[in-house]
Amino acid sequence: MATLFFSYFSGVIVLASILVVALRNPVHSALALLIMFFHVAGLYITLHAEFLAAVQIIVYAGAILVLYLFVVMLLNVKRDEHYHAQYPLGAVLGVTILTEALLLIVQHSFSKETATADLGATDGKQVLEGNTETIGEALYSTYLFSFEVASLILLVAMIGAIILAKRDLFEARN
Amino acid sequence: MTEIGLRAVISLAQIAAVMGVVMLTVMILTLAERKVLGWMQDRMGPMEVGPYGILQPIADGLKLFFKEDIVPAGANKFLFSLAPILALVPALIGFAVIPFGPNDTIEVFGLQIKPFIVSDINIGILYILAFTSIGAYGIILGGWASNSKYSLLGGLRSAAQIISYELNVGLAIVGVILLSGSLSLVKITEAQSGWFWNWFVIALPFPQIFAFVVYVISSVAETNRLPFDLPEAESELVAGFFTEYSGMRFAFFFIAEYANMILVSCIAAILFLGGWNAPAPFLQFNGSLANLAWLSGIFWFTVKVYFFLFLFFWIRATLPRLRYDQLMRFGWKVMLPIALANILITSIAAYLFPR
Repeated sequence: MATLFFSYFSGVIVLASILVVALRNPVHSALALLIMFFHVAGLYITLHAEFLAAVQIIVYAGAILVLYLFVVMLLNVKRDEHYHAQYPLGAVLGVTILTEALLLIVQHSFSKETATADLGATDGKQVLEGNTETIGEALYSTYLFSFEVASLILLVAMIGAIILAKRDLFEARN
Repeated sequence: MTEIGLRAVISLAQIAAVMGVVMLTVMILTLAERKVLGWMQDRMGPMEVGPYGILQPIADGLKLFFKEDIVPAGANKFLFSLAPILALVPALIGFAVIPFGPNDTIEVFGLQIKPFIVSDINIGILYILAFTSIGAYGIILGGWASNSKYSLLGGLRSAAQIISYELNVGLAIVGVILLSGSLSLVKITEAQSGWFWNWFVIALPFPQIFAFVVYVISSVAETNRLPFDLPEAESELVAGFFTEYSGMRFAFFFIAEYANMILVSCIAAILFLGGWNAPAPFLQFNGSLANLAWLSGIFWFTVKVYFFLFLFFWIRATLPRLRYDQLMRFGWKVMLPIALANILITSIAAYLFPR
């Protein structure tokens, strides 16, 4: 049952990701991206990470992709061809990543027993405790430092965005 | 395998029942809105179809069903057809986690079934937030695919408005989550049992009255209702994002708006007014009638939800529409600071006086 769901979700993710870059109409691409986000959330649910799944949809599908759509509509790009003139670069990057993925798969198939044992250990702990509580505890204890650093970077980005948007205001004052 | 099949059948029956109730409420609302607005403006409201006009929703539905379905020239046909569905499905799917009555379990053919909730998942409130944010796609894509200036402007306005006010909704809810310690709507309701002073709107250690006000105002804005109906402002944009829609596709947008109203009213009733809990313990069936407690639970839940729905009509009849810059300034510069301050004070209070 789990394998069935996994193959469905991952298959749709791969297909939708290809459609995102292959479709000519940018709004259709954004819709394919929406489908992909939903199926990534589905993958999280098969891993018993319900909190991550909900946050995935709220943040990526609910906020970021809406802003993408907003920009695409305002710029009114119509069946633009210049997105499709990057095949050489795409081929180089694609082959590199494919090689890496193949190497990882080969490596994993040799050490299969340890991998499945690890999975079983984490599974039991997550079912015992609430998924949201587990994430919260890990963020505010084990990963406290990286969490704070990430929030600081986001704060800097926010201030930067405000200054960029309000540039005319500062120049007028000088 | 038979157990899974049986569960599927029971779940489908529950879903059908919930959808039936929601659709019936939408029908009642279309009539109630016109009647309430009429009475508030010293009119009679619809009076022609049936006694006192009570069959008006059926006449409206038949009319929409038999109207010609027009796709404007130059419209993106695929997205034009998809948009109403994308608006309606998220509005209806949220009802899956709403507890309509007490959290009792009954046994049907040897299976434990909770009759008053389709699915009690542990992230209920996040699930609803996730799907209400998807509802914006129907509106934006409908506006874009119509190939019309008014529709596009309405869609863009709606996108900006929903993103801004959804943030306030999310932040207003955080206070309640801090006090109840759970994201499950059933557990949030159970944390408010007993007398009405346990309801989170006035509960100690810190009453969520500010969060309540922010939530109600933001949910009015999020459902595109007056005084925040800028995406479909008649005097500026004809009908906004659904200017070009007719027939059943228009009806889908219409039902989605009313279903969203019911959904946010249900959430407000659950989070702030105690859900199915009666205001006082003696106001629900107990003692020898304890096995009828679900009846009083559903009664109180319905009363609270209809109070909020009435509030929607009341606000619509009272307030004029905001200007667009006022709407944005109000959302970001007034509501957001209040919601953030509420989170800060609530977390300090919850730390000092744990429940």
